[in-house]
Amino acid sequence: MDESAGYYCDCFDIFWVLKFKKLGFKEFCFKKSLFLFHFGGASCNNCDIEILDCLTPRYDVERFGMQLVGSVRHADVLLVNGSINKKDKPRLLEIYNQAPKPIIVVAIGACGCTGGIFAEGNTFAGPVDKIIPVDAYIPGCPPKPEAILAGIVKLLSK
Amino acid sequence: MLKDLFYYLIYPGFLFVAVAGGLLSFFDRKITAWVQFRKGPPLLQPFYDFFKLLLVKETIIPAKGSRITFLLAPVFSLFGATVSSVLIFLPLLGIKTGFTGDVIVIFYLLTIPSLTYIIGALASGNPFASVGASREMKLVVSYELSFLLVLIALIIKSDMSISLYDIINAQQPANAFIGSISGVILFIVAIFCLQAKLGLVPFDMAEAETEITHGSFIEYSGSAYALIKLTKYIMLFTLPAFIIALFMRGINLEGIGILWAILKVLAVVLILTLIRNTNPRVRISQAMRFFFVWMNLLAIIAIVLIFFGY
Ligand code: SF4
Repeated sequence: MDESAGYYCDCFDIFWVLKFKKLGFKEFCFKKSLFLFHFGGASCNNCDIEILDCLTPRYDVERFGMQLVGSVRHADVLLVNGSINKKDKPRLLEIYNQAPKPIIVVAIGACGCTGGIFAEGNTFAGPVDKIIPVDAYIPGCPPKPEAILAGIVKLLSK
Repeated sequence: MLKDLFYYLIYPGFLFVAVAGGLLSFFDRKITAWVQFRKGPPLLQPFYDFFKLLLVKETIIPAKGSRITFLLAPVFSLFGATVSSVLIFLPLLGIKTGFTGDVIVIFYLLTIPSLTYIIGALASGNPFASVGASREMKLVVSYELSFLLVLIALIIKSDMSISLYDIINAQQPANAFIGSISGVILFIVAIFCLQAKLGLVPFDMAEAETEITHGSFIEYSGSAYALIKLTKYIMLFTLPAFIIALFMRGINLEGIGILWAILKVLAVVLILTLIRNTNPRVRISQAMRFFFVWMNLLAIIAIVLIFFGY
């Protein structure tokens, strides 16, 4: 049975004890409560909308204990989407350095992963993983909310 | 001595209110999710949040801030919340403390969290935090007067007794204060004051996520932010309990009384949650006018009604 399915349920799910034993208390709390911070690079705005879609009633990431926060000081996950151009690069670096560690970086969309259609533009400053270490890639142009959720669940059950 | 320590640290002090407050915070988030047709977080979510912030995350101290003040402010806010909760819960559970005038002390202790948020925000040296602090200051100035008027009205209503134990016992089983016209008016005023004290949505301009990105708390991270979260949980339990003591004859922990006690707390928190889910955030000037003109007017009308015996 797929272990990641446990994340869809309440704390009463049968994998609760299993996971708790496997991960240890700290890691378990961390994975059960991720605060998301959204960094939009030079995106075409589609990925931003799909990320916000995950918070709507239909997809509802709060059932995984996730929550969108406004200040990077509270963040556990940095969602980066859009192509990173020369103006964005120092800002992304600064945001990354301001975040309290441990922080997970997720590159969303073709632009975040590889550069996508902007990869050959003259202001392009390299995909996200050339600038900061990336933990997960979610490809797609734009990725569906289902794909984003699937990526997040994979990350959690890593 | 040992008994006092037990009162302060375990029951009904720190440990009890922290756990109950965490569960109430879950209740608040779950009701919010249901109002928005979502599924909502798991039962232990507030505790996951707290322990993650406390144990896992790094605490960053802003370079331009004042280090000691910044880190001590959350500790003092936790102290203020805990001590006020002990002073409220001892009379509420029927333990006579022999402390006359504790209503006034509780009134001051309940403002300590807001004051320490202001101090911590100003010590962080962030411009957004200072905007948040200035808004919080204006909010404190506006709601405290209404809250004080409510307390004065209730003191008059209970024949000038200024101890919480006597105020609870002045309400006979058949006529709790909320059963009279003046009581209902005062209850409305008190609920709005609670909303502002807890920083819930119509009055959350001090930590508006969308405009000043968490305002007063923008620079807090890791353990310091965990303490602020814990203070918020405790206040979410303590303030409704205070309202129950003042208006609904306190609680009675014998037999079926436990169920009634839980229902009373949940009902007050439900009102707060529904207000927060059905209203947009107001501007600080609108909030000040709301409290200075309308809430004070209502409280004064209630005091006049009390003099005529309603
Ligand atoms: S990946 Fe596609 S949808 Fe997303 S920002 Fe880039 S171009 Fe837009």
